[in-house]
Formats: sequence, C-alpha cells, structure tokens
Amino acid sequence: MILQVSGVSKWFGGLKALTDVTFSLQEGQILGLIGPNGAGKTTLFNVINGVYKPSEGAVNFRGVDITGMKTYEIARMGLARAHQIVRPLNELTVRDNVMVGACFGRENHALGGARVIADEVMEFVGLEKRADQLASNLNIGQKKRLEMARALAARPYLLLLDEVLAGLNPAEITRMIDIVHKIRERGTTIVMIEHVMQAVMSVSDQVLVLDFGKPIAFGPPGEVANDARVVEAYLGDPELAKQLLAPSSDESEQDA
Amino acid sequence: MSLRNLRNPGLWITVLAVALLGLWPIVTQRASTREEIFTVMLSVVLASSLNILLGYTGYVSFGHIVFFGLGGYVGLYLIIVQGWSLWPSMIAGGLAAGLLALLLGQAILRLRGSYFALATIGINEAMRAFINNFEPFGGPTGLSLNFQTYNQYGGAANALWLIYYIVLILAVFNIFLSYIVKTSKFGLGLMAIREDEDAAEVMGVITPRSKTWAYVLSAILPGVVGVLFFFKNGNIEPPQAFRLHLSIELLVMVMLGGYGTVFGPLLGAVGYQRLRGLLLTSDLFKNIQLAVAGLLLLLIILFIPAGAVGWLRQRFPVVRRFIP
Amino acid sequence: MCLSPSSQPSVEKIGSSLSKAVFRGGYMDILAFLTDGLLIGFVYGIAAMGLTLIWGVMNVINLSHGSIIALGMFALYFLFVSLGINPYIGVVLVAVLGLLLGMVIYAVAIHRVINAPHLSTLLATFAVNMIIIGLGTTAFSTSPRNVDFSLGSMSIGPVTILGTRAVAAIASVLITAALYYFLYRTTLGKYVRAVTDNRAAAELMGIPSARVLAFSFGLGTMLAAIAGGLIATFFPFTILSGTTYELKSFVIGVLGGVGNPLGALIGGLILGTFEGIIPYFLPTSWVPVLEFILFVVILLVRPTGLLGAKK
Repeated sequence: MILQVSGVSKWFGGLKALTDVTFSLQEGQILGLIGPNGAGKTTLFNVINGVYKPSEGAVNFRGVDITGMKTYEIARMGLARAHQIVRPLNELTVRDNVMVGACFGRENHALGGARVIADEVMEFVGLEKRADQLASNLNIGQKKRLEMARALAARPYLLLLDEVLAGLNPAEITRMIDIVHKIRERGTTIVMIEHVMQAVMSVSDQVLVLDFGKPIAFGPPGEVANDARVVEAYLGDPELAKQLLAPSSDESEQDA
Repeated sequence: MSLRNLRNPGLWITVLAVALLGLWPIVTQRASTREEIFTVMLSVVLASSLNILLGYTGYVSFGHIVFFGLGGYVGLYLIIVQGWSLWPSMIAGGLAAGLLALLLGQAILRLRGSYFALATIGINEAMRAFINNFEPFGGPTGLSLNFQTYNQYGGAANALWLIYYIVLILAVFNIFLSYIVKTSKFGLGLMAIREDEDAAEVMGVITPRSKTWAYVLSAILPGVVGVLFFFKNGNIEPPQAFRLHLSIELLVMVMLGGYGTVFGPLLGAVGYQRLRGLLLTSDLFKNIQLAVAGLLLLLIILFIPAGAVGWLRQRFPVVRRFIP
Repeated sequence: MCLSPSSQPSVEKIGSSLSKAVFRGGYMDILAFLTDGLLIGFVYGIAAMGLTLIWGVMNVINLSHGSIIALGMFALYFLFVSLGINPYIGVVLVAVLGLLLGMVIYAVAIHRVINAPHLSTLLATFAVNMIIIGLGTTAFSTSPRNVDFSLGSMSIGPVTILGTRAVAAIASVLITAALYYFLYRTTLGKYVRAVTDNRAAAELMGIPSARVLAFSFGLGTMLAAIAGGLIATFFPFTILSGTTYELKSFVIGVLGGVGNPLGALIGGLILGTFEGIIPYFLPTSWVPVLEFILFVVILLVRPTGLLGAKK
C-alpha cells in the first residue's frame, strides 16, 4: 500500500469537514475522488499532504506515518500535488517554475540535474516552447499544465491532482487526460479530484465518493456508479447524477 | 553554483561598474570624492544585503538597520572597551548581526506580509530603547573612540583610506554574493517563497530554514559595515545607530533600482545618493530634500513599481542577459 | 527625519515629571501615575483608532499616520495662536481638515496601488510621510511649540487632574461613540463596513468602493489629526513628534485588534496604564523597551490582536 488513510476526521471549529475517512491505495493505481461541491475533497488533499493536521486519524505514506508532518517534509518523501486554483510562481520563468519542483522534490536535484528534468517534463506536457516566458504570461490551460509539470518534476511516488480539468476547453481536456494516462503508464500512483465524470470513470481504478465529508462509496467505477447512496447524494444535482449513471454520455465541460 | 554561472556577462558588467566607481577616488586621491563614494559604497552593501531578504525572499524589513546598529555597537565596544583591533571587531560585528538574525528569524519570520514589516520596526525600536539603557554600551551617550586609536592604522587620514578600501571590497564581494545567491538552488527556493510561500512548501522548499538563512545572509554584511562606519565616525549613539529613516532609505534604493535584481540595488544606491547629494547642494532644494525624495519615491511606487532595472528587464527581455 | 529621543518631547518624561510634582509618597503616588497614564491612554486610543480603521478597511498600514498627527498639532497651534480660536473649536476644524487631507492623500497616493502587494502601499504612505515631514520641517523648523492654554486642575487626594487632559479624555470617549454611531447607524457607515468585509462583493452590490475607501482613509486621518490636536493642548511638540505616537498606535493596534475601534480605545488605556505604572518600578527610559517587546510578542502570539479583530 502506497497510501493508507485511516479514520481521518477534520473539524474547523464546530464544522466537521471530514468524518472518519478510511481508504487505501495500491501502487500504480488511479483513485478518483468525487462528490458534490463542499464534500471535503480538497480538505482531504490538504490533510494528506500536511497542509492541515487531521483532528483524528492517521495518514500513512509508503509505510511511514506522515500525520502532522510538515508539507515540505511530505513533499520531499515523494508526494506532489497540483492545485485546483493554479499557483504559478508568476515572476519566474516556466522553466524555473518546473525546476523548483525538481530541486526540492523527492530527488532533491542540484540545478544542473533539475534543468535536464525540467526540459524533459516541459516537453512531456507540451510547454517546451514557453520555457523562457514568465509564468504570469501563460493562459489558463497552460498554467494548468505548468501546475502539472511542477508536480511531475518532483518525480513523485504519489501525485494528487485537484481538478486539473476544471476551466479547460474540450480540446485541452482531451490533451490533459492524455497526459494523465501517460503518467499512469510510467507507474506513478494518482489520486484525482474531478468533476468531469466521464474522465474520472474512464481513468480510475477505484473511486471514492465523499458526501458532506463522509465516504459513502468506495470501489471500482462501475460499482460506484450504480450505488444507490451515490445517486442519492447527487440528486441535488440531476445533471451530475445523469452523467454519473451514464458515463459514456456527453463530454461537456463541468464547472467546479 | 557552477562555473557556468560565473561566465554570465551581466555579473562582470555589474562588478566592473562597482570597481570603476570605487577606483575613481583612488585615482583622483581626493578626500571629498572618497567621502562621497564611501557613502555610495556603504549604501550598495546595505541595499544589496537587504535585497536578499526583500527582493529575493519577498519579506519587507522596515527595520533592517538594526543589524547595522548592533554590528556597530558590538564592534566599537570591542575596540574601545576591550582594546581589540579593527579586524576581529569587524568580524565580531558581522557575527553579532548574523546571530541576531538567526534568533529573530526563528520567531518573526513566521509572520507574513505587513505583520513581518511591523515586527521589524518593533525590533529596531526595542533595540534602540534597550541600548539606550544598556550601560556597557554607554547608555544614551554611547561610545566614543579615542583619537589615538587611529594611530595603529597610520593616523586618521590613512585609516579613512583603509576603511574606504575595505568597504569597496565588501561592495564587490556583496555583488558576487547577491549574484551567487540568485543563481543558486537556495536562491530559487527563496524566489519560490517570494512568489507563493504556500505553493513553495507544497513543492518541498523547507521554508523556515530558507527564510532564516536569507535573513542571516542579509544581516551579516550590514553588521560588518556598521563597525566600519562607526569606527570611521569616531562615536556611536543609539539614535544614529538605529535610525529607522535610514532603514527606509534602503528600501527606497532597492525599489528605485529594481528589487530582486543583482544590479538594481547598486543602481538604486548610486542614483539615490547622487540625487540626495544634488538636492543637498542646491539652494533651491536643500531644505526640502526630504520632501523631494518622498515625491520621487511616490512616483516610482505609482508608476514604475518594478524599479529601473526591473522595468528595463520587463520592457526589453534581451537586457536580462546583461543586467542580472 | 531624526528619531533622536532628545529632540522630541517624550511623553514618558513629561508624564513622569508631572507625576513627581504631585508625589505624596508611599502607595498613594501610584494612583497619580495611573491617572496620568489612563488619561493619556484615551488620546492614544483615538490615534490608534485612526490607524487601525484604515488598516481594517483596506489592509493598508498608513505610515504617514505620525506626520498627520503632527499636522493636527500644528493646525491647532496656528488656529489658536494666529486666529485666537478656542482649542476645542479648533479641534473640530482640525478634524475637517484631517478628513479632507486624507481623501486627497488616498486619491493621489494610495488608490493606484490599493490592490498591489503590501510593500507598495507601505512605501506609498511612507513617501507621503517624507513629503509632509520634509515640507513641515522647512515651514515650521524642528523647534518645539506649545499651545499656551489651561483649564486649571483638580485635586482628589493624591491625584491631580489637569483640565485639558480630562477634557481630552472625555472628547475621546465621545469620538469613539460617534464613530460607532456612524459605522452602525448611517448608510455611509454601513458602506464602510461592507467594503471592509468584502470589497468585491460590496462593489457587486453597487457600493462605490473607490469613494468609500477614500472616505475611510479620510476618517482615519481625521482621527489622527484630532489626536494630534488634543495632544497639542497639553504637551509641547515639534513636526517630528508624530513618530512617537505612530509607533504607539502600532502597539495599540496589535493590542486592541485591527479595525476594532473599541479595541483601540481599550488598547490605548492599557498602554497608557502600562506607561503610568512602569516608571513606578523602573526608570522611565525602560518604558519604550518594554512597549516594543510587548508589541513584538503580541504580533507573534496573537497577530489578530489580544482583543480580537473586528471583521
């Protein structure tokens, strides 16, 4: 098991954002994390990568208990993350952005090695032509790919992708899904939060559904899609429910 | 840091600029020119040091002068009371400043944005008020050097030249330091912190450590030149040593030249001191030089916030190669 | 600008010398120390309120605060000395001038950088400070002035209360009440609070945020100018005196919580009491040491202020 989340709960004051979340993930798999808005998906990411300390429960990463460890310590152990709201280092070039990932991530490269990796990763996500531009000059699709490239440059064992498809146009979505497939082929384990259901259902090995911070279903995509509780959770959003039940229907962009 | 970095023409252009400026008084052998360039070189060291924290790391220190003042006090105390010679005192002054930054860094670098800026003001003021009460450092009257002390260095006139040479060397050294930091992995981490500290942490930058070392690096040379300045000055008093206004002048220099660049603080220091000199010698502006400097600062903030070098680099990307 | 403590009349020194004048010995004189401190604390509170109002509304730390306090002192001085206007009518005029000045400063120096990183607004307001101090030094020199005005004094046991200080304290309470009335009972006040809470949302609701911000800045400088005017009725001052009160306002701001007017007043009283009591145990020169250490410690422990920020 590369990741084990056991009995994690998180309160913010009186608000319980996560309730007793438990799951584990095998190396090389993709876990889709879905649920209505405000279900606690991003909070769960924040607990996993150390932004928040869980109020209860523990997170175990590659056999090490990382509960309460600092974000950067966890990052250096090989856990990288792409944010939902892109956070480019605006006044640095695209190459420098990606090099930060390589320099301070798991492999802790010196600048020379990081440069080689950055060039490789930029080519992988299709940003090689933008290498010397300032990150602030990229468009949203490119910024999303930069976010991804930075995470990949760390050569992580586990990659947390938070809505990397949100805000992209259909062509960019196809391109990004392609990138996700390629990452998986390299053997990197992925947890992805996604609203574009067709994407989640098609790439995930396992799907975890959160509703009001509680896990309500966990299993292969086909099983989860037919789970009565899942359908119920999405009833407030019939459009989503429809998509969930018929994964192969339309591919329209779903805003976060 | 690799040798490849040292081949950057921009670094050598910057070093050459400092060296030429610094050699000018040596060629002319005029004391008045030396005094003028001394002030400029002192500003270069202070502004360039501040830039490591302000420009690279993005932490605004309003009270950076505390390191200059503390260094000066420690150095003069060792020279006057303990009878040390200038050299070890200089080093001790730098170490004292670095140590203060190391200790402070553990605490106040947790604060973000304006809160950090305010804390640095608080610390400078607390230090000034404390030294005012600290008898070993002479309390409110401070410490004064016996004129005979200069005899060890070939008399007062020679001592002044000696101090000038040291400050010149420190200025050149500081340019190298600033450049090396900027082009190193450590510097990349600092700039990541400047742009988005939380994102930097998620990418594995050990932010508390990086910030603390940036703070320490930006404090040591101000401590060293503090010793030199007050040794030259002959005495040190709390209001001179911890002059908040000087602290902010340094910010102006960094902003004027372009923060986060190697060349910017140099240009800013030269430009600001030159302007100040002009204003002070002009009958029209002598009295309102502070107001004119304020107006200049305001215009920079409002219209070219990236500073001169930053503006050039944005406007003409090709400049990036030649002006680091 | 020179920050030499000897070149500006220090509140602590004057405060303690007055206290010594009414010294009765024993534990009784602590009452005198305390009263002095408390009464000045009210005025500190008004000064700090001006600083934290701006800080709270637009997240700008106004580094021209001290120079505006000093301008308030000078405005009152000239109204009194040159025009012979009663100081308390003078304070009202000073308030109006302070409001207008603040709105001008906002329009010229702040508005353009209101959304820029905090360094820009810090430096922009500091630039304004330099301009005011530079022009002020030229116009008024740095020699001390004094508003020669007295309301007599009143003695209760060991405690002597100067009339001017008592009036200043009462005025401070009234101003705080008026500020609350304004913020919670008037439309414009509600706009100010809305912009404080969420500027973007306020704009969507049709609130003219630029004008509200300009007005709020004016309100902050108005309070600073009033504080300056009130202080001028009992302490001598120079154009550089504002710095001391600006630094005290920072301390009070973090003590009382940003954007919390009542917090500022209470913070002012705490600081005043603190300044009143310390000289009883230690030489007065230790007061600023302890003040600034307290300031840094509060920043570290509770950056939202001991009394909580009003959000």
